[in-house]
Amino acid sequence: MVELNTKYGTDLLKKGFAKMTKGGVIMDVTTAEQARIAENAGAISVMALERVPADIRAEGGVARMADPLKIKEIMDAVTIPVMAKVRIGHLAEAKALEALGVDMIDESEVLTPADPFFHINKKEIKVPFVCGARNLGEAVRRIWEGAAMIRTKGEAGTGDIIEAVRHVRLMNQGIEEVKQSDDHELWEMATNIAKSYETLMTQTREMLFGKPVIRDEDVLFGNYTYLEIKKGLYEVLLEIRRMGRLPVVNFAAGGVSSPADAVLMMEHGVDGIFVGSGIFKSADPMKMASAIVQATASWDDPSVLVEVSKGLSGMKGRSVEKMPEIEKIQGRGW
Amino acid sequence: MIIGVLDIQGDVSEHMDMVKASGEAPKRVRRVDDMKDISGLIIPGGESTMIGPYMKLRGIDKYIIEKNIPIMGTCAGLIVTSKEVIGGNTYIPLFKIKVSRNAYGRQRESFETDIDIKGIGNFRGVFIRAPVIEEVYSGDILSYYNGKPVMVKDGKNLGMTFHPEIYGDPRIHQLFINGL
Repeated sequence: MVELNTKYGTDLLKKGFAKMTKGGVIMDVTTAEQARIAENAGAISVMALERVPADIRAEGGVARMADPLKIKEIMDAVTIPVMAKVRIGHLAEAKALEALGVDMIDESEVLTPADPFFHINKKEIKVPFVCGARNLGEAVRRIWEGAAMIRTKGEAGTGDIIEAVRHVRLMNQGIEEVKQSDDHELWEMATNIAKSYETLMTQTREMLFGKPVIRDEDVLFGNYTYLEIKKGLYEVLLEIRRMGRLPVVNFAAGGVSSPADAVLMMEHGVDGIFVGSGIFKSADPMKMASAIVQATASWDDPSVLVEVSKGLSGMKGRSVEKMPEIEKIQGRGW
Repeated sequence: MIIGVLDIQGDVSEHMDMVKASGEAPKRVRRVDDMKDISGLIIPGGESTMIGPYMKLRGIDKYIIEKNIPIMGTCAGLIVTSKEVIGGNTYIPLFKIKVSRNAYGRQRESFETDIDIKGIGNFRGVFIRAPVIEEVYSGDILSYYNGKPVMVKDGKNLGMTFHPEIYGDPRIHQLFINGL
C-alpha cells in the first residue's frame, strides 16, 4: 500500500480556499431565499447571519453566533461556499461552526466581542478564518494567529464607504513602509505590533507587583512566549516585504453599498468585496446584488459601472462622520 | 510564448507565477481583445457560477471554440469546460467528461495528498472543494485518486480537479506548455 500522506485542514488548504474567492463578491444573507438570490446574482460565497449589520446596530443587545438551524438552512440552499461569524475570541463558537461544517469562519467585530484580551488562536481550527483589520498592525497579528484572509473593518451597517477607504489606505501605506524597511526596522515593527499581546500579563503583574515587566520567555498567548510571538510577527513582515503585499487574500468590507463603492475598493487594490447590509437593505436586492457583481467583475471598465448604476437605489445609510465614537464598532479587536 | 490566464475570478496570480516559473510569459485575459496573441489559456480555480457566466457574457467561450485555443483547466476551470456537470451548469463542452461539483464535500473535507501522474511522477495534489470526474468519454486519464480520475488530457487540452498552482509545483504547467 502506497503511503498517500493525505492531510486535512492544513495552512495550504486554508489559504488556498481563500485564494479561490479572489475577484468575487461575498454577500450577507439571513434566509435561504436571500442566499439563492445572492448565488443567482453571481456571489461567490455568502455569509450566513440572523441579522444584517444595520439591524444588529439598530437593535443593540449582545450579538452572538447565528442559530445553527439558520446557518444549515442556508448551507443547504446554495452550492457556493457558506461563511458564518463568531465573536472575537470565542473559541467555543468557532468549534461549533467547524463541527457544523461552514466553509470559512469570520471572527467579526460586528458581533459583540467575547474576549477583552485575545483573538482566537486560529491555528487550532481546521476551517479557514477571515478577520477584520483597520491597519497593517492588526492584519499582521491576525495572519500570525492563523487567519487565511483579511478584510477591512470599515464601519459595518452604515452604508458609508469612508472607513473602508481609511482602512485600505492605512493597510497599503503600511505595506509601503515595510517594503522600504531593513531587517532591523522590521524587528522594531514586530516588537511594536506584539505589544497588544502583553495586556493580560501587564494588568496581572501590575496588580500583583505594582510594576509590569514582561520578559521574552513569558508565555503570553496560547503556548507562545513573548519572543516566539515577536519572531512570528517578524516572519509575517518579512513575507510582506518579499511579496510586496499581504501574504493572504485581502478583501474590502464595512460600508460597501453601491456598485461604485465596490469599484472604488477594487481600485485601491483589494482582492474582492464583502457586501453586508448594502444589498438586502436596498430597494431591489436582486438588482443591487447583480449590479455589484457586474461592477466588480468589470471594475476596470467605467461604462459597465454606468450601465449597472442606472435606476439603482441604495440603502439610506448613516454617515460615519456624525456618529459618536461609542457607536462605532471598528474599534473592537485587539 | 504567451500563455493567457483567464482573469474573471479565482486564483489568477498563482497561475501567472507558475507560467513565469515555466519560462514563458503570462498574460491576464479579461476580454476577447486580450486573446489575440496567446498560445494557450489557463482557466483558474474559483467559483464556476461566476467564471462560467462571464466567459459567456464576454464571448470568450465562442472565441475559444472558434480559434481552437488549447485550454488548461483547474478545478472550477475544469467544470466550466466539461461536457456534463452534475450540480451545475455547462458552459464549454471541451472535455468529454462528466464531473460532479463539490463531490468530496465542503471545505472541511478539502485535502492534500500524493498522487502519481503519467509522464510526471509523484505530485502533491491540493484538492479544495474539488469536483469528482465521474466519467471520461474520450481522452487519456493521467492520474487517479481513490479510484476516480483526477487529471485528463484530450489533445492539447489538460484538465484537473486539483490545484498545482496552490502547491507551487510548475511541472504540470510545463507539461501543458510543452504540448502546445
